[in-house]
Amino acid sequence: MEALDVLVVDDEPGIRSGVSRILRNFTVSYPFMDDDIGFNVIEAATGEEALEFIKKTPPAIVLLDNKLPGIQGVEVLEFINNNQLDILVMMITSYASLELAVKATTIGAYDFVPKPFTPQELKSSMENISKHYFLRRMTRKMHKEGKQVRFQFLSVLSHELKAPLNAIEGYLNIMQEKQMGSSMTAYDEMIDRSLARVKSMRTMIMDLLDLTHIESGKKKRELRELDLCLVAKSAMDTMMPLAIQRDVTMSLAADDGCTYNADSDEMVIVFNNLISNAVKYNNVGGKVLCTIKQQDTNVVITVQDTGIGIDDADIPKLFHEFSRIKNAKTREVTGSGLGLSIVKRLVLMYNGRVEVDSQLGQGSVFSVYLPINPLVEG
Amino acid sequence: MGVEAKKTILLVDDDIDYLFQIKFQLERFGFKVVTAESQKEAEQLLANLKPDLAILDLMMENDDSGFILSYKMKKKYPDVPIIIATAVSSETGMSFGISSEEERKWIRADLYLEKGIRPEQLHKDILKLLKL
Repeated sequence: MEALDVLVVDDEPGIRSGVSRILRNFTVSYPFMDDDIGFNVIEAATGEEALEFIKKTPPAIVLLDNKLPGIQGVEVLEFINNNQLDILVMMITSYASLELAVKATTIGAYDFVPKPFTPQELKSSMENISKHYFLRRMTRKMHKEGKQVRFQFLSVLSHELKAPLNAIEGYLNIMQEKQMGSSMTAYDEMIDRSLARVKSMRTMIMDLLDLTHIESGKKKRELRELDLCLVAKSAMDTMMPLAIQRDVTMSLAADDGCTYNADSDEMVIVFNNLISNAVKYNNVGGKVLCTIKQQDTNVVITVQDTGIGIDDADIPKLFHEFSRIKNAKTREVTGSGLGLSIVKRLVLMYNGRVEVDSQLGQGSVFSVYLPINPLVEG
Repeated sequence: MGVEAKKTILLVDDDIDYLFQIKFQLERFGFKVVTAESQKEAEQLLANLKPDLAILDLMMENDDSGFILSYKMKKKYPDVPIIIATAVSSETGMSFGISSEEERKWIRADLYLEKGIRPEQLHKDILKLLKL
């Protein structure tokens, strides 16, 4: 069994011995850990004493009272932060100074537990903090090993995948119990919505595969002289069915011989994403114009639409993974929230950049700048 | 419900399918349901509406829209029970609970529910909060 060192810093001997007693026979287990985890409690009555110990043998967790006879708890916290020690700090504090404890969490304390606390409260806090400790340690380890597993990404991903499943399951339950009567037509809309959610889930999975390829760096990139016009035309062909359905006209204006030294799959993903967005977020009867031209040392691709536009406040969110701009106008549009983050990643691989210019209700222009003869990452 | 006046439930979620389904279920149980698709829309509704209970999604425009809406609602209508429903759960690495007194004070919702619970269970929880 692995034991975590827990340093409890409090001038009240009762608190120190209480913590020791509560944690002595307490163990936690996590599905991602093979072994149970126990705690090894070390006591310190003052901040000075605590610092001495931390310098010699840094513990995993510090339970820290702020009101100490000499230096204050916050100073101990600062020392840990400034030296970037791999220690999680939990403030133990009286209700009267909760405000201070909350403040402490903003300067780096992981959590706080108000005192007096019950054994159960302390135990559940310890469970939380040690889970965090191990997840952090595992993340670091994997990072070192070059495995680019990102917990944040995975947790958002599971949320995004659960939402459509919940929706589909909900409709199926209604249908199974025939809650809207026995006529099949009563369920038409539910079936349509379920299919729409399945479709968007499939899009998300495809986008995820794109992203995984980019992330892993495993996919062999083949850079060659590419006619971007052909790539743009093929992206437009792909979007043609939806464009016809929505009565959106697409056109292309490009300089002659707009070639660029690039990987064809990557450019296809960039064009597909930008042009499909321009069609999807357009109004019925709208227009999409794609231009490709050489400008100074860049090839500049712009995709302009006459669609719903983007609020200024939402623009910074656009390129974040899974961020979809949610409003009444976008709710019918299916998307994974990954497309633009993929575009950005790909363009960065060419040392390029993506710019957005948008007017709410008027439309948006996405511009991609690809430097000619870039220092392409291997 | 019997002869008493229908209770009004405010339902806020940015997933239109979830909104449709829960509204459908709640109406089957005899409630009147008012829906909003965002924190902003809900706030506009609340200016002129005092529901008997509210069910809020956690992540809408922002990750914490539900908490903020809950906080604002409790300020305006402290006696209206609030349920926060979310697909975010411990398995996604983020856990929220309002089991302890302190957390309840902090988050200010009366009940925390995971999405995907059976309608009958939801019905029971609502009746409990409405003290029916």
